[in-house]
Amino acid sequence: MTHSLRFRDALREAMIEEMDRDDRVFLMGEEVGHYQGAYKVSEGMLAKFGPRRVIDTPIAEAGFAGVGIGAAIVGLRPIVEFMTWNFSAVAFDQILNNAAKMRQMSGGQLDCPIVFRGPNASARQVGSQHSHAMEHFYAHVPGLKVVAPAFPDDAKGLLKSAIRDDNPVLVMESETLYGVKGDVPEGDVLVPLGKARIARQGTHVTIAAYSRMTHVALEAAALLESEGIAAEVIDLRSLRPLDENTLVASVERTHRLVVVHEGWPYGGVGAEVVDRVQRLAFDALAAPILRVATLDVPMPYSANLELACIPQPERVAAAVRRVVGEF
Amino acid sequence: MRILLPMPTAPPLAPPALVPPERTTAPAQGAPPPPAGFDVEHLAALYRQMLLIRRVEEESARAYAEGKIGGFLHLYIGQEAVAVGAIAALRPDDYVITTYRDHGIALAKGMSVRALLAELFGKVTGCSKGLGGSMHMFDKEHHMLGGYGIVGGHIPLAAGVAFASKYRADDKVTLCFFGEGAVSIGGFHEGLGLAALWKLPIVFICENNEYAMGTPLSRSMSVEDVSLKALGYGMDRDRFFADDVLEVEHRISEAVQRAREHGTPTLVEVRTYRFRGHSMSDPAKYRTQAELDEHKKRDPLVHTREILAKAGVADARFAEIESGVEAEVADARKFAAESAEPGLDVLASSTYSGPFAY
Ligand SMILES: Cc1ncc(C[n+]2csc(CCOP(=O)(O)OP(=O)(O)O)c2C)c(N)n1
Repeated sequence: MTHSLRFRDALREAMIEEMDRDDRVFLMGEEVGHYQGAYKVSEGMLAKFGPRRVIDTPIAEAGFAGVGIGAAIVGLRPIVEFMTWNFSAVAFDQILNNAAKMRQMSGGQLDCPIVFRGPNASARQVGSQHSHAMEHFYAHVPGLKVVAPAFPDDAKGLLKSAIRDDNPVLVMESETLYGVKGDVPEGDVLVPLGKARIARQGTHVTIAAYSRMTHVALEAAALLESEGIAAEVIDLRSLRPLDENTLVASVERTHRLVVVHEGWPYGGVGAEVVDRVQRLAFDALAAPILRVATLDVPMPYSANLELACIPQPERVAAAVRRVVGEF
Repeated sequence: MRILLPMPTAPPLAPPALVPPERTTAPAQGAPPPPAGFDVEHLAALYRQMLLIRRVEEESARAYAEGKIGGFLHLYIGQEAVAVGAIAALRPDDYVITTYRDHGIALAKGMSVRALLAELFGKVTGCSKGLGGSMHMFDKEHHMLGGYGIVGGHIPLAAGVAFASKYRADDKVTLCFFGEGAVSIGGFHEGLGLAALWKLPIVFICENNEYAMGTPLSRSMSVEDVSLKALGYGMDRDRFFADDVLEVEHRISEAVQRAREHGTPTLVEVRTYRFRGHSMSDPAKYRTQAELDEHKKRDPLVHTREILAKAGVADARFAEIESGVEAEVADARKFAAESAEPGLDVLASSTYSGPFAY
């Protein structure tokens, strides 16, 4: 059974189901309670669960991220919402040095089952400090898991898996996706961490993307179809662990790959995908792998410049034309 | 010309919940008379713990010089009465969390000397399988939630542990230790702010040993009294010298009781002193020998021994305690030396619970 939900409702449904199932799960963050969520993801949850389990925090990201970690190491399963991932930068030390290393420092004695979630990457014209794609920083860190769903069903299924995971899991959402609707399974349907999804089948080229860029990749694929190019779109969904098998199998069919993500081109998830595919599928490749990323500058405010910086369907299509034609 | 602004009118200040007993000069020489009605056996047990910590630390310093221990090694020598007195105020199921200067606190919380020395030696039999080292002493069984290497980074964690106790209504108390150097960093303020706001059962213990590496408090903080920081959070506070382990136990017990019964936090500044450098690589040239000698006159071990002797504990009893401690340390050192190093197999399994996420 499915029902049609917006992305934000799917996330809420996941949290509510998990909190109904397990008293150790609670939600904490700025404006998650009385304000009903900065982006209304947690709307109604305070009324349903009360202030013991839906906890408004002061503006103290390092503090409440740390509180979540402390609660997790003694057996609770916190969901910590960052109003946006941008603000996690002031809690970076907590995530990097405490959440990610807890199990290692304690020689495997203490687990840290915590979920950090919130909207990530660009919104619309919010300027350089509010447009960061933070997944690149976090996916670098052993001890963390990072997921970035593009569709409501995955948002629900991945968040439920994240909450049940015994490791710290970072869920990257997108403000621009919160209103996107889709069919979502009712009840206890989990999406495993570390499994990509083929969002569209094609034979000439593979486009790998995640989060909002999956939608951009699909738009690019639609553009290319009219030119006779059949693009396969792989929605990575999970960045760490990364589903290299699905990527390699696709590239073995299409022989060409373009990777699309928000965030700067230097290093990052795209570079990681390129490394894996060139190592694991070198013989299958008929062209160099190209990346389409946010331009290598702080995000500008002006609408035209912002559009130019963030990958758009036309820029993705242009990269595809190069790998299909020029090489 | 400097323009003086009128003082803003503020609501009258409530007096601090606890008036800190100020003592700005060193105590009179010689031990004060033993507190009325103290339990000699209990104090003898605390003395043994302090002696064990002192001897383990001396042994660690020796092993470090021999190259058996690597990296950073921050010794607890001089501060023993803080860990032992404070933890004596706890139940075994209460939680403790601290900084990298964690050996004494781990031992006081029940970690075996074997597990501690083996960890320092980087052996798989260490408390953290040799993955943590000196700064990361974890012992889940004894509710020792670790030593942490980022100054102040564990203070919000401590609030989270206490949050979990409140969430579960399990009436456990958390003790969070840190140095006075941590009082300047955000984690301290965010941790205290949240603990006070949410009324968490926790005691924050600032071990003010006068120096953060080479920086005295006077060069890092605008006020001399660390406990004043509690006022802005509406938190109870206390402040005292740690020469006397029973005094530490008594004062921390009050805060623990407040936490357990009323679920409210306390900031306690315990004035102490470290007899060694910040770490093994620090010759401590920023202080004078005279200053160090002055503090050594107030060595908590010597002080406690005097009290016990005055209370009638015989030399033979001290000899018995000392030989017991020596045997425990020697056994642990042998154990650590003979234990195996961790194999590469521990790396992946200690990074993630379940399959490695790559
Ligand atoms: C955030 C951070 N900055 C700097 C350091 C380096 N450092 C390690 S210990 C220390 C001094 C801390 O002194 P204090 O908090 O008084 O504790 P003590 O060593 O006296 O026990 C410094 C600066 C660190 N570990 N973490």
